[in-house]
Amino acid sequence: MNKLIKAFTKDSAIVPLVAILLGLIVGAIIMLIGGYDPILAYRSLLDTVFGNRYDFGETLTAITPILFTGLAVAFAFRTGLFNIGAEGQYIMGMTGATVIGVTMNLPWYIHAPLAVVVGALVGGVWGMIAGYLKAARGVNEVITTIMLNWIALHLANYIVRRFLLEPGKGRSYMVDDSASVAIGWLSRFMDDARMHWGMVVALLGVIFFYYFLWRTKQGFELRVVGSNPDAANYAGISVNKGVVKAMFISGALAGLAGVFQVLGVFHNQVISAGHTGHGFDGIAVALLGGNNPLGVLLGAILFGVLSYGAAGVSFGADVPPEIIRIVIGSVIFFVAAPGIIRWLLKRVSGKKRKEEAI
Amino acid sequence: MTKTTKLLTGIMLVASLTLTACGAKNNNNGGGAASPSASPSASPIASESASPSDAVDGKGFKFGMVTDVGGVNDKSFNQSAWEGLNKLKDETGAEVKYQESKEATNYLTNLNKFVRDGYNLTWGIGFLLGDAVKDAADKNPDAHLAIIDSVVEAPNVASITFAENEGSFLVGVVAGLMTKTNKIGFVGGIDIPVIKRFELGFVAGVAAVNPDAKVEINYTGAFDKADLGKAAAASIYNAGADIVFHAAGGTGNGVFNEAKERNKSAAADKKVWVIGVDKDQSLEFGDDVTLTSMLKRVDEAVYRVSKEMIEGNFPAGQITTLGLKDNAVGLPETSTKNVPQEVLDKVEEYKQKIISGEITVPTAQ
Repeated sequence: MNKLIKAFTKDSAIVPLVAILLGLIVGAIIMLIGGYDPILAYRSLLDTVFGNRYDFGETLTAITPILFTGLAVAFAFRTGLFNIGAEGQYIMGMTGATVIGVTMNLPWYIHAPLAVVVGALVGGVWGMIAGYLKAARGVNEVITTIMLNWIALHLANYIVRRFLLEPGKGRSYMVDDSASVAIGWLSRFMDDARMHWGMVVALLGVIFFYYFLWRTKQGFELRVVGSNPDAANYAGISVNKGVVKAMFISGALAGLAGVFQVLGVFHNQVISAGHTGHGFDGIAVALLGGNNPLGVLLGAILFGVLSYGAAGVSFGADVPPEIIRIVIGSVIFFVAAPGIIRWLLKRVSGKKRKEEAI
Repeated sequence: MTKTTKLLTGIMLVASLTLTACGAKNNNNGGGAASPSASPSASPIASESASPSDAVDGKGFKFGMVTDVGGVNDKSFNQSAWEGLNKLKDETGAEVKYQESKEATNYLTNLNKFVRDGYNLTWGIGFLLGDAVKDAADKNPDAHLAIIDSVVEAPNVASITFAENEGSFLVGVVAGLMTKTNKIGFVGGIDIPVIKRFELGFVAGVAAVNPDAKVEINYTGAFDKADLGKAAAASIYNAGADIVFHAAGGTGNGVFNEAKERNKSAAADKKVWVIGVDKDQSLEFGDDVTLTSMLKRVDEAVYRVSKEMIEGNFPAGQITTLGLKDNAVGLPETSTKNVPQEVLDKVEEYKQKIISGEITVPTAQ
C-alpha cells in the first residue's frame, strides 16, 4: 500500500493529476463563457458514466480500444520508436478479424480465437513494415507510419467493398456468431451494454507490457535499444532486430483494438471515409500515462470516461460535446507542457517555505 | 506528500468557489444548445400541412433524434430533421432534443439514451443508423423509433424513405437544359442505395432532355468531409463541366466552396453552378452559385410522423415512401431566380408525367 502511495506522489504522477485538474478548470471556464453550468455538466458526466449499469458497461467498451492503442504507442516508445501508425494497425487488425469472421464457418472455440489471432498478426505485420523500413533502410518511422495509416484505410475499404460487401448496406456482411467475442451473460447483467472479452484481454495486455519489458531478457534488450541504441549495439544487441520486433508487438496491440471492435461491438466493418481516431487517442493516452503500463491504463480510463461522458453532458446539461473535447485537449496540453505545472507547483510550495521561515 | 495535498485542496477550493459562484447565475440558461432559429422558411412546396387550424397539443410528449456523424449543423439532412422537430415544438409544445454522434459506436448508445429515458419517439436520422435502430428496437419492444432513409423491419419502427430519384430527375431536367458545355457532374456521398437513387434519377433526367450531355459521376465516400467534396468538384469542373449536382450532405459544402472560388475569377460566360440537395441551399450559399436545389423534405417527414405520434396513429412497422405526389421531393420556389420560366415549365411537365406514371424513373432497390 505504501508503495502504491509512493508511486502516485512521485513527480511523474503529480503532473498528470494537476494537468487533469487544470483541464477540467479550463473546460469549466469555457462553459461559463458559453453560458452553461459547469457543475451540472460535470455532474451529468459522472452520472452518465456511473449512473447505471448500461452506461457503465458502455464506458468500459469505450475504454477498451484506446487502452490497446495506448499500450501500442507506449510499447514502441519504450524502444525509442514513435508509432503514429496505431490507427492504421487498428484498421488492419479490424480487417483481418472481419475477413476471418465473415468468410469462415468454424466451431466457436476455433473461430473466435482464430479471428483474434489473425487480426493481431495482420496489425503486427502492418507495424512491422514500418519497423523493417527503419531497420533496413533507415526510413523514419514517423513518416512511414503516417503514410501507412492512409494505405491501411483505403486497402481496408477496398477489401470490404470488393470481397465482403453486403449489397445495399455500405458495410461488410455480419460476422458469424461463432466468431463473436461478446459476453452474453455479462451483457444481460449490464442491461444490454455491448460487453466483450476485449477488456479482459486488454488488461492482460497491461500485465504483458510490464512483464515483457521489465522481466524478460528480450524486453530488457528492447529497452536498451530504446534508451541508447549505440550502447545496445556495443553490448551485442541487434538494434535492427529490436526495432522490427518492437514494431510488430506494438502493431499487434493496436490490431487487437480493431479486432475487438469488430468481433465484440460492431460485428461488421463499414466502408469508412476517415480514421476513427482511436489510434491517435492512443498517442495521447500513452503520453498521459508516461509510457508506463499502469499509467496507460489510468489514461485510457480517463479518456474513455470523458469521451463517453461527453454524450451525457450534452444530454443532461445541454452542453455541446465539443466542450469535452476542449477539456481533453487542455489535459493533453498541460501534460505535454509539464514546465507550466512544475512552475506552478514551485510557486505554491515556494510561498509556503517563506511562510514557514517567518 | 503534505505539500501536494495542501496544493490540491487549495486548487479545488478555489475552483469550487469560482464554479459555484458563477454556476448559480447561469442556471436558467441551460437549454442554449438547442435553438437554431431558421425553422419554417415559408414551406414552399409542401403547403398542405401549413394550415394552422389542426393544432395539436403535444405537451408532455418527448421526441429525440440522433444524428449521424455529419452532426446537426450539416446544412442539409440532419439539420433539416432538427428543423422539423423544432417546428413540432413550436406548434404543439412537445419537448425535443438531439444527440450528435461522433463515431459509429455512438449510434446505439445515443439511441438508447432517449429510449431508456422514456422518450415517446426516437428518430434515427440516416441510412447509417439502420443497424443501430434495429438493435435498439428489438431490445426495447415497448419503445417507438423511426428512421429516415432506411427500412428497418421491426413492429415498433416506422421507416421513412423518399423517392429521391423522382426529384433528382427534375433537377436533371434543369441541368440538361441549362448546361452550355454539355458536361455535367454528380458528387455523391457514400455509395449506398439512397444516394444511388439521386444519381440514377439525375442521370435519367439529363438524358431525357439532352441526350448529348455527359454526366461525370464521383463518389467521395463520406458525408462529412468538405475537403473531399471540394476536390471532387474541382476535378469535375476542370474536365469542363459547368453544373454539379451534389448529394453528399456536409461533403457538398466543399462543392459550393469550389464553385464560389471559381466564379470569383471567371468571366461571366464561364460561370459554374451547383445544384444543392435536401434543403433550399440557395438560402445558405447564395443565388450566385446555387442554380436550384433538390429538396428532400426530411423536416416535413419528421414533423408529420412525430405529429401522428401525438395524435395516436404512429405508423409503427410500416414503410412510408414519400415522392413527388406527396410534395416531399422537388424544387424550391427560389429556383425562379436562376432558372428561366420555360425550363421550369418543362420541369412541371415532367413532374406531372412522373406523378401520372407516364414516366418511370429508374431507382435503386
